[in-house]
Amino acid sequence: MNNDHLLPSEGLYDPAFEHDACGVGFICRMRGEGTHDVVDRALTMLCNLDHRGANGCDEASGDGSGILTQLPHGFLEASCREAGFALPAAGTYGAGAVFLPKDAEQRRYLMQLVESVILDEKLQFLGWRQVPTDNRTIGRTALEREPSVWQLFVGQGIEDLTSEAFERRLFVLRKVLEHAIRKTPADGANGFYICSLSSRTIVYKGMLTTQQLRDYFPDLADPRFVSRLALVHSRFSTNTMPQWALAQPFRAMCHNGEINTLRGNTNWMNARQAHFESPLFGNDIAKLLPLLEEGTSDSAVFDNAVEMLLHAGRPIPHAMMMMVPEAWEHHESMSDEKRAFYNFHSCVMEPWDGPATIPFTDGRYIGAVLDRNGLRPSRYVVTKDGLVVMSSETGVVNIDPSDIVQKGRLQPGRMFLIDLEENRIISDDEIKHRIASSQPYAFWVAENLKQAEDLGPIPPASSTIDADTLHRAQLAFGYTSEDLRMLMPPMIVDGKEALGSMGDDTPLAVLSENPRLLYDYFRQLFAQVTNPPLDAIREEIVTSMFTSLGAQENVLGEGPLHCRQLRLKGPIVSNELLARIAELDEPGFEVERLATLFPVARGGEGLLAALEVLCRQAASAVDAGKTLLVLSDRGVDADNAPIPALLATGAIHHHLIRTGRRTRCSLLIESGEPREVHHFCLLIGYGADIVNPYLALDAIPSILESTPGETPERGDAEWNYIHAVEKGVLKVMSKMGISTLQSYRGAQIFEAVGIGRSVIDAYFTKTPSRIGGITLDIIAEEVRLRHACAFEAASTASLAVMHVGGRYQWRRNGEHHNYNPQTIARLQQAVRQNDASSFAEFSGIANTEAREQGALRGLLKIRAGQKAIPIEEVEPWTEIVKRFKTGAMSYGSISSESHEALAIAMNRLGGRSNTGEGGEHPSRYDRTAPHRSRIKQVASGRFGVTMAYLASADEIQIKMAQGAKPGEGGQLPAEKVYPWIAQVRHSTPYVGLISPPPHHDIYSIEDLAQLIFDLKNANPEARISVKLVSEVGVGTIAAGVAKGKADVILISGADGGTGASPMTSLAHAGLPWELGLSETHQTLVRNGLRSRVRVECDGQLKTGFDVAVAALLGADEFGFATAPLVAMGCIMMRKCHLNTCPVGIATQDPELRAKFQGTPEHVIQFFHFVAEEVRAILAGLGFRSLDELVGRVDLLEQDIPAHRWKASHLDLSAVLMRLEVPRILADFQTNTQEHGIARVKDNELIARAAATLETGEKDAFSVTIENTDRAFGTMLSNAIVRRHGPAGLPDGTLTIDARGSAGQSFGAFSVAGLTLRVEGDANDYFGKGLSGARLIVYPPASATFAAEDNILIGNVALYGATSGEAFVRGRAGERFGVRNSGVRAVVEGVGDHGCEYMTGGCVVVLGTTGRNFAAGMSGGVAYVLDVDGTFASLHCNREMVDIETVETAADQAELRGLVERHAAYTGSVQARRLLAAWEQALPQFVKVMPVEYKRALKRMAAGEYATVEIRHVAA
Amino acid sequence: MTKKNEDKSRGFLKYKREMPARRPVSERVLDSAEVYFPFPEEALKTQATRCMDCGVPFCQAGCPLGNRIPDWNHFVHLGNWKEAYDQLRMTNNFPEFTGRICPAPCESACVLGVIDSPVTIEQIEREIIEMAFKQGWVDAGTPAVRTGKHVAVVGSGPSGLAAADQLNRAGHWVTVFERDDRPGGLLQYGIPDFKLEKHVVERRIALMEQAGIVFKTGVHVGVGADGETLSAFDAVVLCIGATKPRDLPIPGRETDGIHFAWNYLWQQNKRVAGQPLDHVSPILAKDKHVIVIGGGDTGSDCIGTANRQQAASITQFEVLPMPPEGRPVHQPWPFYPMILRSSSSHEEGADRHWSVMTKYFETENGRVTALHTVKTEIQTGPDGRPKFVEIPGSEVRWPADLVLLAIGYTGPDPDGVVARLGVPLDGRGAIQTDGAYQTPVPGVFAAGDGRRGQSLVVWAISEGREAARAVDTYLVGSSRLPTKGGGDLPFVR
Repeated sequence: MNNDHLLPSEGLYDPAFEHDACGVGFICRMRGEGTHDVVDRALTMLCNLDHRGANGCDEASGDGSGILTQLPHGFLEASCREAGFALPAAGTYGAGAVFLPKDAEQRRYLMQLVESVILDEKLQFLGWRQVPTDNRTIGRTALEREPSVWQLFVGQGIEDLTSEAFERRLFVLRKVLEHAIRKTPADGANGFYICSLSSRTIVYKGMLTTQQLRDYFPDLADPRFVSRLALVHSRFSTNTMPQWALAQPFRAMCHNGEINTLRGNTNWMNARQAHFESPLFGNDIAKLLPLLEEGTSDSAVFDNAVEMLLHAGRPIPHAMMMMVPEAWEHHESMSDEKRAFYNFHSCVMEPWDGPATIPFTDGRYIGAVLDRNGLRPSRYVVTKDGLVVMSSETGVVNIDPSDIVQKGRLQPGRMFLIDLEENRIISDDEIKHRIASSQPYAFWVAENLKQAEDLGPIPPASSTIDADTLHRAQLAFGYTSEDLRMLMPPMIVDGKEALGSMGDDTPLAVLSENPRLLYDYFRQLFAQVTNPPLDAIREEIVTSMFTSLGAQENVLGEGPLHCRQLRLKGPIVSNELLARIAELDEPGFEVERLATLFPVARGGEGLLAALEVLCRQAASAVDAGKTLLVLSDRGVDADNAPIPALLATGAIHHHLIRTGRRTRCSLLIESGEPREVHHFCLLIGYGADIVNPYLALDAIPSILESTPGETPERGDAEWNYIHAVEKGVLKVMSKMGISTLQSYRGAQIFEAVGIGRSVIDAYFTKTPSRIGGITLDIIAEEVRLRHACAFEAASTASLAVMHVGGRYQWRRNGEHHNYNPQTIARLQQAVRQNDASSFAEFSGIANTEAREQGALRGLLKIRAGQKAIPIEEVEPWTEIVKRFKTGAMSYGSISSESHEALAIAMNRLGGRSNTGEGGEHPSRYDRTAPHRSRIKQVASGRFGVTMAYLASADEIQIKMAQGAKPGEGGQLPAEKVYPWIAQVRHSTPYVGLISPPPHHDIYSIEDLAQLIFDLKNANPEARISVKLVSEVGVGTIAAGVAKGKADVILISGADGGTGASPMTSLAHAGLPWELGLSETHQTLVRNGLRSRVRVECDGQLKTGFDVAVAALLGADEFGFATAPLVAMGCIMMRKCHLNTCPVGIATQDPELRAKFQGTPEHVIQFFHFVAEEVRAILAGLGFRSLDELVGRVDLLEQDIPAHRWKASHLDLSAVLMRLEVPRILADFQTNTQEHGIARVKDNELIARAAATLETGEKDAFSVTIENTDRAFGTMLSNAIVRRHGPAGLPDGTLTIDARGSAGQSFGAFSVAGLTLRVEGDANDYFGKGLSGARLIVYPPASATFAAEDNILIGNVALYGATSGEAFVRGRAGERFGVRNSGVRAVVEGVGDHGCEYMTGGCVVVLGTTGRNFAAGMSGGVAYVLDVDGTFASLHCNREMVDIETVETAADQAELRGLVERHAAYTGSVQARRLLAAWEQALPQFVKVMPVEYKRALKRMAAGEYATVEIRHVAA
Repeated sequence: MTKKNEDKSRGFLKYKREMPARRPVSERVLDSAEVYFPFPEEALKTQATRCMDCGVPFCQAGCPLGNRIPDWNHFVHLGNWKEAYDQLRMTNNFPEFTGRICPAPCESACVLGVIDSPVTIEQIEREIIEMAFKQGWVDAGTPAVRTGKHVAVVGSGPSGLAAADQLNRAGHWVTVFERDDRPGGLLQYGIPDFKLEKHVVERRIALMEQAGIVFKTGVHVGVGADGETLSAFDAVVLCIGATKPRDLPIPGRETDGIHFAWNYLWQQNKRVAGQPLDHVSPILAKDKHVIVIGGGDTGSDCIGTANRQQAASITQFEVLPMPPEGRPVHQPWPFYPMILRSSSSHEEGADRHWSVMTKYFETENGRVTALHTVKTEIQTGPDGRPKFVEIPGSEVRWPADLVLLAIGYTGPDPDGVVARLGVPLDGRGAIQTDGAYQTPVPGVFAAGDGRRGQSLVVWAISEGREAARAVDTYLVGSSRLPTKGGGDLPFVR
């Protein structure tokens, strides 16, 4: 197929980064014939999922929706007869849904081509039917791209084929057509796309809203249009350039989620296809290639792969198990047989990793799988008459409760499957057993899969290198003193990565005047919004780090040799283990060593030649049957320098992929270069199978020598180091949401910054690199400089000095830092003495340094504009500062003195300060309080996020990521959790706090839209802002966020950041704001979304010039964090994580806080100076207000000093591209978002509760509720808090009974005095942020199913809840009670990860729990009914909790009281049963008690914290 | 292998600044030896523990040499003296000098100074180098390979020695010319022994000779025929100092009993070294009323010397007003402030007066008998520049037998080698150079006070190092000699 459906990339926008997320579902009748009702209800379901989809700037254009059904033979037969041709018997013809061009001539040409290909393929052309469409309701954008929709009918011809064989032939036909048409002239191919071509199923889809689908295709309304199954999909694209072809379902599946590892999966699949072999296809196999439709979407490519596996003979459940295996690696209770199946297939294919619900069908089976981490909601209902409804939400199809036999949810990694031939649901166990026993997998694995243990004992490290040789090698590989003094010791001594603080203010590698390792040119990508990062520590059970060496066999077949591989536990190996592997040299494991060195004197040309030789050598080694290629840079000498290991790896990896050899071998990297986690990530990300960092390991003894404190023995130290690297790699993977190393390998989750196109295309193919950059010559020069240090200095040995580094701490001769002695001194001098000339010194130095060695903006120049005007005519500084904000630094990370000083300063200026994620003391909520933070942040930890907190905001900011450590949650070390901090955060003193990496209510873009909706309900007057971190693709994410109805989008530069962070994240993740802001602005403008939102920018803004550049690139508002801190006295100690800040800012220690010398005036002075500089620039340009500057990128030009040996290779034209768009799209925030607040159910609630709101009198009433009624009770709660204050109303004041299926976020942030009851069920995020209300859910009286065995509420209930109660008669999904800090709740069973990160409250579970209960739980208690005694061994994560019996009278009373009330409120059968025999029941309960919490309670009981007094600065 | 070291992260809260004690005044004025008692190793390690290992070590910016102060503090804290020394020697050829006589701008810039007294950086530096000498770690730095290039260094003061040491390490043959009879320049004959005992200088010179550097003393290059010998060298580095003293051209100046401080100190150093002084008339303070004009370090050295010579009284004048004890507002941390500094010499006894301008000398029989002074105040002149204004009625007469002029140096001797080589001076009277320390005469370089103008020893060493790198580049095309890199804190006046 052609790529017309994607707009070409332009500027920084690239369609390759579009994301989507969706509503999905299916309906099927297990028994009987197809009915039209199935189709009709599926379409209704789709409409009820509308809020999960989105629209573009043009509200009438949907992002895409569609339906897949069985072929409605009767309908088609009649329709074709009308079209003038007859169809043969059902099953003997295939029907295709085809998009053709609107142009009749082009269409005729393509139709003829199609017909001739059908003949060539020895099938029978039956006819074309134009599908009637009604485009009256569709939107302008959709209309512009509307194709002509046809159905194509193909007969079997003379052969009598089985159904499978015929499907296969149709598959081949489709592939041949796609390839043939791609070869025709572009004009001819315009608009051609085959939605489906099958004898079983057909697809109707388009760029439509859910409602439009039904109207657009009158076929679907025809009562003869019948089917037993219907799969539906509604798309939420981050972009408003969605395409007709990318609407779903595809041919075999549809998808809600995101394949994070797509690049790798695609590369591996492309490498594999050269070895495709299948008797079912014979020679036809060649016609299928290239298999994947690259450049479409992750879902489309996934579909291509599934189809291939399916048609090559694997049943569709088998194919899904291969591609989306459950987390088997650490699953203790999994059957051996199933484990062997997964183990075997891990040798055949890597998982396609990412959050996903994937409904699939081949016409016979219909089902769905859920990703291993359960990150997408999937609920189902089975009725008595055999109807199965599965969808992202419950309640999307009206079903009488009395008809229901089962309500369930899809569990992580599990499959839900219906066999329409056997007319029944086949359980996950049964189908997997059936597939896992279809071959002797266990036997094959046992015989062929070699384990590390089979290599025999590996000797401990013992070799020693003399100091001079070691030193010289370290110089040659560019080691710095910092590597040896700061970076490596924590890894070696504690097995942990080093921590740092205060962001990264050093230049990008390409802007640095020092030689830098090639690794430094790559930035790690991370998940934000469209997919969640993982918590690899708390949710380790879903991760896997093993690696396998050896060749992969033909993916379409299976046999014992498929698993002839060597399995290692992790990818980092010791010198001794590598030596042992290299000695193997037996069939399947033949070794070839390749030297990755080049003659340094020959520069770039020598490097190029060496790479070419290496690629040739690698290829011939593979052809000779070698499967283990060792790429080694041992042997560096005076003439030969090491090829950067990453370059060698990328070059060979891609050469082998291109030539179809890659899967036939493994790449073993033996290099002296890698030492940081980031280095290993890159090597693996570009194809390394294992890495042996021999020099880093050799350095261990000498590092131990010079490291303070207790140090381990060498062997332990080496283990620590390897372990720390592997943990670090896992963390980096998990930032992208990738859980297995296998999928991470080759996935290229990086963006290059400052590497030229020629290098990227040849060695890092398809890696984004948007501003050009260095060539091989420069890379060679950097190597030469390092090499010269080691070898040229040989003549004067005493001069061979190791580079200081200076990346993490400022040093002379080290990397440049924006904040250096001069800039800090001058800035502080300026604000303290109110001295404009010192500020001019400061900004002069900062701007000059930016140009000479600092930031990208330093390479830009503001053009002279119109005639300059007198500065008096420019808006006053007091107006400009209203656009300024201070950064989100939590109370907890910084002291109350500094936190409040910032707030006071910003309030006086009319700007905004930000709470950060640590909440705020309630005394600051008052709108008149001078130290109120106008921006309230909501981060993943939800600390202190209550209704009262939200209601006191002018702006609510959702932190999706932070510059210092995107993809990771904040953390507050235990020593900083003083009692006054714990109080505000609703946590326990001196218990460390960890925010989850993801928001557990945001796993995708539609979830973010939901949270925005929730917060808008919680405070309809506040602006909702979403904070993103700059990375490639952030523009498309921002577009999605704009469509998700954010009012403000903050693009945060990765160089900023004040919090503690692992050094890997600090230095290597995210991008400067210049790129992210520009991409965002361009993408928003392009999509007509810029008019709806305000754009904010932060990240090392310091001067008026910085502000002006940000405005020119598209920012309306500006955030500052480091600079105001420096103004208040911060001296960039970079010890924020140690609580030892000597100037009293980043500390809670009262002794140090007393040393704080900052004042609000310092901050005000700073902003005054900056604003005056902005005014001067405005005056020079002839502008009277800052508004006139916003987006005027035409006023910027590139101006790179020619003497910059690296930077002069850059080309910033993509950053400076200005889109020509209609005025209406280009204007900034001319419209406000339509949040739909006027339509929410709470308006009715507020009206009916008017009397209660007025007087506080008791009342009760009933309403109906549907899944589209979301955030029920939230706006009402806001109204209560506004009238009655933060405490809400007395318990029991207002009771609301709701009947039906509650939408998402039921009772979110609802407050005391409210009792909200649901008779029915509820969706995800039940009780989110609960702030005092009582929530009760129970099944309808007419229901006959046993509540305790069925799912009543969705995933992630009570997330971040702080107070109140919840009683749920029935089971809950995954992550019940996550981050609960005060709610008391009873539930009758929970899924995986229950009570995760809980810090307070009490949870009673009257039934079974899933795996990983209590992970990260540091406070509160849980009582679990452990009927079969397996809780402790199989279900509970015991890292932080003790499991006790319920012994004390107080505990027993608490438990019994809750169970009694549960019975009373919900009528729970389970509770009554337990209470009836309480004495027998009690011993079955276990108490889950966090260890640290217990310790803290004891200390509190002993009165240890009693004397602490909370102090507040009077403003 | 395990060892235990105290966690340093809160050291600055636990410990107070502590320096070695000085010997009692009564005892030390009787000799010319070091004024400080030795400092115990453990106490020093504790002081190193106060270093906060800052993210931005302002101390390194404050140090003209760019000493890697946090790095060596780290190793001293660990007791890893060897590593500390390795860090120290990377930036400083002569820590034994700066560890004794530097006014320590690093300590003015120390971040701990924001909230407490700064780390005793200079003391730590001194102890590291003394430990290194004691342990025999200080190697001469004999290069493995010689380039065959020859370099002449004119002047053996701190900048000349630093340039010579660096150039020698780079493999060049270095000859140092010194007009006096011993090398060392002001280290040898300018600074009194009680501040810098001469065996410390000799120890270093001996090492340098051992490394292959040739010292030619008693050679006054540029005077007589010696100027010609320079043509045999591939490069010349002029490290001739700013030896022209600033004079006080007021009535009575020509009278006997009024001397430049340099001459006074030079004599005393020779005397302490036991060298003959037959060719000059002695200047001695014994039983005299001594007046030192000039409130700087040289003036202070004169006071210490005069006390050791048992002067009857010592009075010191400074034309500037008395500086504040704390930082003035316009010289905030981390800049080097003009504050009241009292040296060990002041402790030994001297009457200090500020805002004093000497008007004329009263003489009798060709000898000075008194000074007449007036008080001044600083006013802003019509050109916006500050100027001294005499306060009417503030005249005072000060009886005096010996007057020492310690009011600075104006620049290098414009005759001698400068004239001989045709090296031009700039507007300030300093040797003119380009950014690479090269004078307009090809192959002739300059460093130190002669180029920079009167400054600190630490600056002289820094200049010598940087110039050596420039010379090395000039000679062989590139240099692997280290540079301190940018980042110097500016002087804020």
